[in-house]
Amino acid sequence: MNDLNPVASMSSSTRSFTKVCEILDRYHRDPSRLIPILQAVQDEYRYLPPEVMSFVATSLRVPPARVYGVATFYSHFALLPKGKYVVRLCNGTACHVKRSIPILEAVQRRLGVSDARPTTRDFLFTVETVSCLGACGLAPVMLVNDQVHGQVTPESAVAIIEEILRKEAA
Amino acid sequence: MNALIPVESGPDLAAISERWERASRAHAHRVVICAGTGCVANGALDVHAAFVQELERRGLGARVSVDWEEESEGPGGTLVSHSGCQGFCQMGPLVTVLPAGILYTHVKRGDVAEIVERTLLAGEVVDRLVYADSETGRGCCTHKEIPFYSRQHRFVLADCGLIDPEDLGEYVARGGYEAARRAYREMSAKDVCDWVSRAGLRGRGGGGFPTGRKWDLARQQPGAEKFVICNGDEGDPGAFMDRSVMEGNPHAVIEGMMIAARAIRAEEGWVYVRMEYPLAVRRVRKAVQDAEKAGILGADVFGSGAGFRVNVMEGAGAFVCGEETALIASIEGKRGMPSPKPPFPAQRGLWGKPTVINNVETLATVPLILRMGAEDFRTMGTPTSPGTKTFALTGHVAHTGLIEVPFGTTLRHIVYDVGGGVTDDEGRPDPAGFKAVQIGGPSGGCLTPECLDLPLDFDSLKGVGAMVGSGGLVVMNQQTCMVSIARFFMQFTQNESCGKCVLCREGTRQMLSLLDDIIEGRADAGTLTLLETLAKAVQKGSLCGLGKTAPNPVLSTLRHFRSEYEEHVLHKRCPAGRCKALRPPEILASKCKGCGLCKKGCPVGAIRGERKEVHVIDAALCTRCGACAKACKLGAVVGVGQ
Repeated sequence: MNDLNPVASMSSSTRSFTKVCEILDRYHRDPSRLIPILQAVQDEYRYLPPEVMSFVATSLRVPPARVYGVATFYSHFALLPKGKYVVRLCNGTACHVKRSIPILEAVQRRLGVSDARPTTRDFLFTVETVSCLGACGLAPVMLVNDQVHGQVTPESAVAIIEEILRKEAA
Repeated sequence: MNALIPVESGPDLAAISERWERASRAHAHRVVICAGTGCVANGALDVHAAFVQELERRGLGARVSVDWEEESEGPGGTLVSHSGCQGFCQMGPLVTVLPAGILYTHVKRGDVAEIVERTLLAGEVVDRLVYADSETGRGCCTHKEIPFYSRQHRFVLADCGLIDPEDLGEYVARGGYEAARRAYREMSAKDVCDWVSRAGLRGRGGGGFPTGRKWDLARQQPGAEKFVICNGDEGDPGAFMDRSVMEGNPHAVIEGMMIAARAIRAEEGWVYVRMEYPLAVRRVRKAVQDAEKAGILGADVFGSGAGFRVNVMEGAGAFVCGEETALIASIEGKRGMPSPKPPFPAQRGLWGKPTVINNVETLATVPLILRMGAEDFRTMGTPTSPGTKTFALTGHVAHTGLIEVPFGTTLRHIVYDVGGGVTDDEGRPDPAGFKAVQIGGPSGGCLTPECLDLPLDFDSLKGVGAMVGSGGLVVMNQQTCMVSIARFFMQFTQNESCGKCVLCREGTRQMLSLLDDIIEGRADAGTLTLLETLAKAVQKGSLCGLGKTAPNPVLSTLRHFRSEYEEHVLHKRCPAGRCKALRPPEILASKCKGCGLCKKGCPVGAIRGERKEVHVIDAALCTRCGACAKACKLGAVVGVGQ
């Protein structure tokens, strides 16, 4: 898995936990700050590697099951590495009635991913849905990392993906 | 700056206000660019940068904020400021030129030079950029002339979209923090509770619980340590009122929290914001920092001897955390699972201490009530639901966006007068297209054409099996399949069920699979009865609001659109033509040679067509038996029997 995973190999040098220690200290190693700690860890690694979760648990003196429990409860936490570009299709009510699903299907088809395997093999893209981005006035909405695209169609969504692929190939 | 903070009575609000006014007078013009999430997605930040560049290129001078903190006179030039969401999201990016008040819509980078040249310098209006009234075709230069705005009553949102949300000075100059100062200096804790009770304020987050009563309960609890929490975990899909308030007027939320803190004698507050709202998180954080820096928040609020500090926490993506006990668990660093009530959070909440949790809009309303007086507040809305309510108006409606109307307004007024009427799938006006409005998100229900003249408030909606919820209004046209909508909400709640209660966890899963059976043509005569029985069981057997209300969309659509369900179940037909598995077979024009075999094979005479011409299937007659597909030798019939 690791040799396939540019994220893990990229961060292997930082796996000495110095970054994690900095994060833990920032929150005074307070177990009640577990969620912001995991958020900061995820910002660093782009997902929550198992050994880091164990390290956090030990440092906070809580059972690893509690850390794992929190990590699996909240949808923001990822236990598997995500792609460089996270494409989020909004499937809130407004986007849904304005047909967001055909857009999702078009993007998934273009990238060869599915709900079960949301990340491309080269870890360039992860495609997922979110329940509402609160930009309902622009429905349907697609988010690529932090960039919001409003009133997208299956064609324009695929065009956005193509544009990124071109940029990455260059 | 330091001169503005006299030690005994807290910061001098009048001095801040006067300084801000003086500094802002140095700007002859002000260009307000909507920087809500919607407009930013449409390129508002680019437009902002273009204004600054253009003004500087012409040597006119541009400032992006009012320099009230400096001692010197302001440097002049045009003020090019950001605002929060102005609500008219579909028309963005929105640009308002002050003092004339001209509103330009769909402004692109390329339009900026013309606006500077003609409006700022020559005082003319750029006609092609003003909003054209869809009813009359007339150009509308100002907010007042645009029906979308003139038919609303913007009260909580009055300053949203006008003021610079990142400028504490402007909030103070518009009377901000004065209500908090009065609460801390001149009112007792009980006075504050009484005031809010007299105003009849009810929680805007869904249930409509009287805010004053909640505060009074927390006030009467023993113990020195109490908390105030602002619930900004607006998870309902299709709702973005709280996001807009946090992005557009974050100081109002903080002031509301201060007043709540005064009412229960809390010294610490939390703002819990959904992680999907990064801009709201940033703005609230900045507002807290600025308020601390100005001495408004801190160890001794307005010289009262009581302190108040505010923490901001980002959620991690769990809808159930909008439930107050689950939200408390999340702040404590646990899985966000609800716990039984009583004890209510007002009795035993965060860390087991008395805690008041209010929704963003409720808190933003509080300072206004103190400013205007409880009696005046009651003149808006209905006797049991005073005040106004913001709604996110979305779906098949001409003007999607954020609106605010007094309670008691009819749905007809909202959809047709403010929203500009129903549209078809392509966005064209469709006057006869109204089918239903979904209100209250996954906990709510549907309002049908019969409800169009019902005055909306907390109690009237309960009467028709819906609820205000957080205020998402999704308009649906005739082409919408109500079974699919029910399934959509069921999937949402099934996904978001925390798993604690069996009936919520497993019951929603079974309900979802029954809905799938209906949509995919596997349902039989017993399915609907089973679905209803299960729905009632889930309502009864769940602990928190999520499970208790999860069956509402199903029950409400079953009540109002039962024939549509029956069409799916008994005749395997989706009247809206949305359900893929139930779509009648189609004859591909590219393959059909017009041989007539299918027509001959059809037992119900649903196929028409002349010899040697492409045949068509009449969806209204087709029973999906598949005989045509079998009969066709060319493989031209698709969508059945595979």
